[in-house]
Amino acid sequence: MRAVTGAGILFRTFVRRDLLAIFWWTIGITILYWSQAVSVDGLYSTQAEFDKAAASMENNAAFIAMAGPARALNTVGGQVAWQATAFGAVMVGLMSMFLVGRHTRVEEETGRDELVRSGAIGRHAPMTAALMVTALANAVVGLAVSASLLAYGLPAAGSWALGIGLILTGLCFTGISLVAAQLTQGARAMYGIVGAALGAAYGLRAIGDVGDNGLSWLSPIGWYQGLRAYADERWWPLVLLLGVALVTLAAAYAVFGRRDIGSGVWAARPGPARAGAGLHSDLGLAWRLHRGSLIGWTLGLFVTGLAYGTMGNDIGDLIGDSEATREVLAAGSADLVDGFYGAAGLMLALLAGGYAVSASLRARGEEDSGRVEPLLSTALPRVRWFLGHTLIAVLGSVAVLLASAVGLGTGYAMTTGEWDSFGRLMMAPVSAGAGVMVLVGLAVLLTGFVPRLASAAWLGLAFCVVVMMFGPLLKFPDWLIDVSPFSHLALVPAESFAAGPYLVVLAVSVALGAVGVLGLRRRDMH
Amino acid sequence: MTGMSDVIEISGLVKKFGATTALDHLDLSVATGEVHGFLGPNGAGKSTTIRVLLGLLRPDEGTTRLLGGDPWRDAAQLHRRLAYVPGDVNLWPNLSGGEVIDLLGRLRGGLDEKRRADLLDRFELDPTKKGRTYSKGNRQKVALVAALSSDVELLVLDEPTSGLDPIMESVFQSCIDEFRTDGRSVLLSSHILAEVERLCDRVSIIRSGRTVETGTLADLRHLTRTAVSAQLASDPIGLDQLTGLHGLVVEGKRVEFEIDTAQLGAAVARLGDFGILTLTSQPPTLEELFLRHYGDEVEPQPEAER
Repeated sequence: MRAVTGAGILFRTFVRRDLLAIFWWTIGITILYWSQAVSVDGLYSTQAEFDKAAASMENNAAFIAMAGPARALNTVGGQVAWQATAFGAVMVGLMSMFLVGRHTRVEEETGRDELVRSGAIGRHAPMTAALMVTALANAVVGLAVSASLLAYGLPAAGSWALGIGLILTGLCFTGISLVAAQLTQGARAMYGIVGAALGAAYGLRAIGDVGDNGLSWLSPIGWYQGLRAYADERWWPLVLLLGVALVTLAAAYAVFGRRDIGSGVWAARPGPARAGAGLHSDLGLAWRLHRGSLIGWTLGLFVTGLAYGTMGNDIGDLIGDSEATREVLAAGSADLVDGFYGAAGLMLALLAGGYAVSASLRARGEEDSGRVEPLLSTALPRVRWFLGHTLIAVLGSVAVLLASAVGLGTGYAMTTGEWDSFGRLMMAPVSAGAGVMVLVGLAVLLTGFVPRLASAAWLGLAFCVVVMMFGPLLKFPDWLIDVSPFSHLALVPAESFAAGPYLVVLAVSVALGAVGVLGLRRRDMH
Repeated sequence: MTGMSDVIEISGLVKKFGATTALDHLDLSVATGEVHGFLGPNGAGKSTTIRVLLGLLRPDEGTTRLLGGDPWRDAAQLHRRLAYVPGDVNLWPNLSGGEVIDLLGRLRGGLDEKRRADLLDRFELDPTKKGRTYSKGNRQKVALVAALSSDVELLVLDEPTSGLDPIMESVFQSCIDEFRTDGRSVLLSSHILAEVERLCDRVSIIRSGRTVETGTLADLRHLTRTAVSAQLASDPIGLDQLTGLHGLVVEGKRVEFEIDTAQLGAAVARLGDFGILTLTSQPPTLEELFLRHYGDEVEPQPEAER
């Protein structure tokens, strides 16, 4: 027991640090499950309608690749299990990865671990406390999911299967994360390994579920879905999940016992001794700093666009005959499919807005972390430094938008075979995309004048999302809705593209940005 | 200081952050060719002054000239001629030290390849490690190598050696010696008094955003007290009449006191009247010198380092 002396104290400290994070993960993942029940229930007025939608879904390979094996899709429970489990498993995987990383690799990297270890702390105590807090988080999430589904009135066995399965899936990825934490020296590399494991688990089950070839049985997510919640449950896959969790945990402890604190099993890879041609200028440096996140967002939005696109023309069947839903989706358009893709384009543009804000705030982040001072003490003028970051944020936003547009068009054309619709679909996110530039302009303006509050640019994005989702529903006054730039842009293909408002919105973005740069020229750098 | 024009001329500099006054009519001049020590307690405004000099902060009042130009308006052009090492070096976690050295050199307008290689060798710095894996001392070495391998007229150093070991400290000192022999100038903010004593031609001491003392170390010593103790042949009378006398203790024929260094000659002459058997006089150590200036005599002001 001496090896874990002090684990209790550390555990309590970790819980205090993580309380808010665990709370939000729980809320988010529970809503993911519970909202599926709410949104499916009442969508179809008759069971016949529901059966028809289910049949359409069962035959859509793209859906199956994204979500999982189709079982009992003509029941609310079956729909919840189908639509939520794959993403739910990925979410608990990410949560476990971040919690483990935060209390192991990050602590070692920052040197805090050393400080802790100088106390009366057993060798295995920090790792054990990290395991305990992650297990606790998974238990809370799983129980909350079960409780929410039970409270909704879904069958007990299926609800428990989804919750307990989720806990064990989380523990599986906790074990994998702890092993990864022993391998590398840096937290980022560890996240890379776990992210790859998550991607592989998701990909294997996607191929397995579509091809029905057993590959899903190589994936923890496949085991979780193998519980067959709400469709004649079977419980033995839980043993597989538990087994992998225990084996990986044992491996992590064994490896930890053999390595030095502060280093990984794999030695840190040395970098180049000289700067390459890419680092010749401030723009080269900015590109290097933005590159990773831009690639990630571009791929992410391409896949999201693809996912929307693969729904093809089945929208009518999928959303059933509920008048209210049709009205909201059609957004005044006579054609339901066009209305849906207009809304999807707006959604994709708002997601791209997430990239735009984070990329535009990067310069401020560099300033805040003190890395700008050495740069600006060279012959690099501050405005040029700042415009470099902003240029990448603007072009990056365009790239992310275009990726989502190409994804949407490709998905639609592949599913329906209507390749001549490719361009029409592509215009959906592009038309709404001008609003993204206003978000860039807002971030630049804030960075120029109130740098300490620059992250308030996220509130701008949140406002646009709220207006889009709830504006008409909650009957916001017109002037408030008009504040969101997205309200002025045509929802292609439901509406035809309008160049006038598009150019005005772009002009507003440029104006905001220009004023922001003037502010940056005059202010103190910190 | 006589000679050529000053590389740094600051007079009456005021910088406020909201309600706090970080710099309160500060004066500083660094002559061409000198190593100028910049001293003061934490929060006195040293880093703020340096940030104004680098054009990162905009002065509220006063005149600031750097290499003959305006540090705010002409920042980029002036920076080709100077190099800066911050006290707290933050590196990009994914860039290797070698990449950072090259990048900063290129942004300054090029670096001397031979000197770069030589400095890496002397500082025993591995340029292939990534930013996040360097210790504090090694991050400082990255910034030092980048600064010293570029061809500049002025070095601005903000506590550049706080993380270096004594061997590296001496490497740093010999690098500064080589740098100054070409008639180039250094502004060195430091808390390491041995380093200041060894390197600096002149020092300026600031407190609460104001310059309280400027001069050579000899000048400054002159302004302080020397401790004297003596065994005399006869009982001393009237020693308390000496000007600049402090803490006089008379025990029979033995006396101890402190005397303003400027008055030391007069005091010794007076002691001579009573016949000196033994005499020890101790000049103030550098520590005492600074403690006197860092002490609480001036009205304390709110801290404002940034």
